[in-house]
Amino acid sequence: MTNNFDSIQSADTIMVIGSNTTEAHPVIGMMIKEQVRKGAKLIVCDPRTIELHELATVKINQRSGSDVALLNGMMNVILAENLHNPKFIEERVEKFEELKATVEKYTPEYVEGITGVPADTIREAARTYAAGPNSALFYTMGITQHTTGTNNVRSCCNLALLCGMMGRPGTGVNPLRGQNNVQGACDMGALPATLPGYLKVGLPAAAEKIEKLWGCKIPEEGKVGLSVVTMMKAAGNGELKALYIMGENPMVTDPNTNHVAHALDTLDFLVVQDIFLTETAERADVVLPAACWPEKTGTYSNTIRAVQLSHKACDSPGEAREDWTIFVELAKRLGHNWDFKSSSEVFDDIARFVPAYAGMSHERLEKGYLQWPCPTPEHPGTPNLHAVQFSRPNGMATFSPCEWAAPHEWPDEEYPFIANTGRNLYHYHSGSMSRRGPSGRYVKGLYIEVNPADAAAMGICEGENVKVESRRGEVTGVARITESVPEKMVFVPFHFGEAPANMLTASVWDPTSETPPFKVSAVKVSKA
Amino acid sequence: MANATINGRSVEFEPGKTILQVARAADIYIPVLCEHPALEIAGACRVCLVEVEKNPKLLTACSTPIMDGMVIETNTEKVRAARKAVIELLLIRHPLECFSCSSNGKCELQAIAYDLGIEKSPFWEEGDTCVEHKLDDSNPFYIRDLNKCILCGRCIRVCDKLSQYHAIDFQQRGIHTAVQPPVGRKLEESDCTFCGQCVAVCPVGALYEKPSVGKGRPWEVETTKTICTYCGVGCELLVEVNKRTGKIANVTSDHTNMNSVNKGRTCVKGRFSWEFVNHPDRLKTPLIKENGEFRKATWDEALDKVAEGLKRNMGKTGFFSSARCTNEENYLMQRFAREVMGTNNIDHCAHL
Ligand code: SF4
Ligand code: SF4
Repeated sequence: MTNNFDSIQSADTIMVIGSNTTEAHPVIGMMIKEQVRKGAKLIVCDPRTIELHELATVKINQRSGSDVALLNGMMNVILAENLHNPKFIEERVEKFEELKATVEKYTPEYVEGITGVPADTIREAARTYAAGPNSALFYTMGITQHTTGTNNVRSCCNLALLCGMMGRPGTGVNPLRGQNNVQGACDMGALPATLPGYLKVGLPAAAEKIEKLWGCKIPEEGKVGLSVVTMMKAAGNGELKALYIMGENPMVTDPNTNHVAHALDTLDFLVVQDIFLTETAERADVVLPAACWPEKTGTYSNTIRAVQLSHKACDSPGEAREDWTIFVELAKRLGHNWDFKSSSEVFDDIARFVPAYAGMSHERLEKGYLQWPCPTPEHPGTPNLHAVQFSRPNGMATFSPCEWAAPHEWPDEEYPFIANTGRNLYHYHSGSMSRRGPSGRYVKGLYIEVNPADAAAMGICEGENVKVESRRGEVTGVARITESVPEKMVFVPFHFGEAPANMLTASVWDPTSETPPFKVSAVKVSKA
Repeated sequence: MANATINGRSVEFEPGKTILQVARAADIYIPVLCEHPALEIAGACRVCLVEVEKNPKLLTACSTPIMDGMVIETNTEKVRAARKAVIELLLIRHPLECFSCSSNGKCELQAIAYDLGIEKSPFWEEGDTCVEHKLDDSNPFYIRDLNKCILCGRCIRVCDKLSQYHAIDFQQRGIHTAVQPPVGRKLEESDCTFCGQCVAVCPVGALYEKPSVGKGRPWEVETTKTICTYCGVGCELLVEVNKRTGKIANVTSDHTNMNSVNKGRTCVKGRFSWEFVNHPDRLKTPLIKENGEFRKATWDEALDKVAEGLKRNMGKTGFFSSARCTNEENYLMQRFAREVMGTNNIDHCAHL
């Protein structure tokens, strides 16, 4: 997020798009509701009717996959009615003419045809957002998990830049990060194209830094590595022979489960390091038992870039070990004498490598969290990003105008429904943690949300089994009949390994972010 | 800065505060039941009565603004007698089952009664003990024992103000008043999302965590600050570990810590979904697959095997790191991939 949580209290208008905040980020949901009850306006855009819609000033249910058109439509209105912020654009943003040219044809009437949102509602949303004075935009996977995910994100940024909603408390473009440490894993360079601190692997500076700090050459002469999805593909066709998986369960969370199973079984060697024998670990050659959350000391970086220290509260069961110690042991066996004695020493290594973490240490974090960038031990951390300038060489931001394109798959006669996958408040991801405990006793297995009109047409009653089938696979779950999904859409939560929603999803992806399109699969639905 | 005198001690304060806030900052004890620092003032329980010079009546410390030159006494005979009466009235309808109560040792009512030397209510008559309500343990997250409820209203206020749900409120009147979801509905059918904020602030044993039952007494646990391992909000959670068993007894949060990102707020997962930690399915030893079956292995065997498998596939190996693991772990895995294995094939589930 560009801004911090307290910044929500300065927002006059909050726009939430593609984020079922009260289910997926419940505590941020509470903060947003609090601010709205104090009088802030709320714009909610989601194909499903979600809890936040109840409080919304402007309620929008756009068609799945139509976000770019919706956002362009709002920008069209803002420009037509002169509601943009010329001073901000003049001083801080490039390519304004290009943006104008692109959004010109996205009149509210044209956009209504694509999104299904009435033209006047688009106008109202545009006016409300532009009026601010401080408007904050929040989004999550409903924006990113599409084949056009990157363009969806760019369009959110275009809107914020157009109205100058950046760099002040109460504004910003705020992606809510899904996993507890997705921000940290990216910061740490657990990415194929960047070293810790987002240093691109192909740059001479990357090679120099690695040589200086780790004493080794840049791998593959700086060639970008494979991503999660392309590694799976390479494993499937035999180009990749071994996989080392730590704390992930691609058999449940990755798209197209059948393909994942094939890929893992084709490998010469699979090692899985986890806390349970997950669906993925079952297929491994070696399984290493790991310590979990209260059993280790270490840091996590949350959605507001706050680096927080979590302490060890109890011992791990049996011989389970902290993940970092396992790498130290393995490095030794492969001839690298790493000398880390505690996670605090590993953190110091991070601070040497990553400028934004340079001012931090476990000792300092003991006194409270710090938001990066925090370049020196005296630096107080940075609650709001982009206050003075953007992180590009000339300090300017750029509009990235985008055209709307239809999703990779669209309902047709044979597969007339859209299946949308996502989270339920009580569960987390593949459910290996949350299903073992009270949440598992409360929401026991797969349910599928069906609109009452569709249910009636198919003769499905609440609690009966429904089958959802795509071109790739099928799942069966218990029908929950609810107005919260529109007609011709079903919602399938993905926490249940025995009935994986990702049987339905396609292993195609956004060309830039390589994010799979979990929000749109064409399916047929029937009584099971 | 202004000045007042509490129990003969001079205290400085910024104007605009209450007597209770200033006394608390100066470490002067005033008992409270309905008041909670994270919530707005209710002024309902009248346990915090204090004597203020030139005031014939006792005043509630939680709601009375402190003034420059005020002279306050918090523990006189008159004050103690008034408080005693309040507690004795509450105890008419509060079962004295401390023996089996999960709040024993952290109960705020018990502590105040102890301080005032109250054993039981002198007003109590046969048939008075509240047995009106059946124990509600129908949801897997927390138990409601309304017979122990003292109607302080903290849970109602926390639900409304911090959780933003207003799932519960005072229902019915007079002696039958009870904190309930809207009439005729069960909690599971109300707006309640089982975030557990109400449980965290309940001063007695009327609301308590179901997964914690029997896992440890308040004096047996040691509390450690951790960060929730579920979503990207990163709520601070307090993990209470039973010193005797070494296992988690409870997970809670601190609504008075304004330096945490969540300031005490949590959702159902952070607060209640921790049983997996002690689950029998946890992996306890390394496993090696032989002829399609796993067998237990020592760390040395397993690590040798991994080293061998990686060496064999040098240049053809990929790494999946984890957005659930710490920064230190992610950092070392990618350093291992790059430095030891010479590959940039490292990614994690950022997009999933
Ligand atoms: S658990 Fe949360 S939502 Fe439910 S009554 Fe308590 S505070 Fe309200
Ligand atoms: S308690 Fe809930 S909202 Fe807070 S970090 Fe955990 S999962 Fe997220």
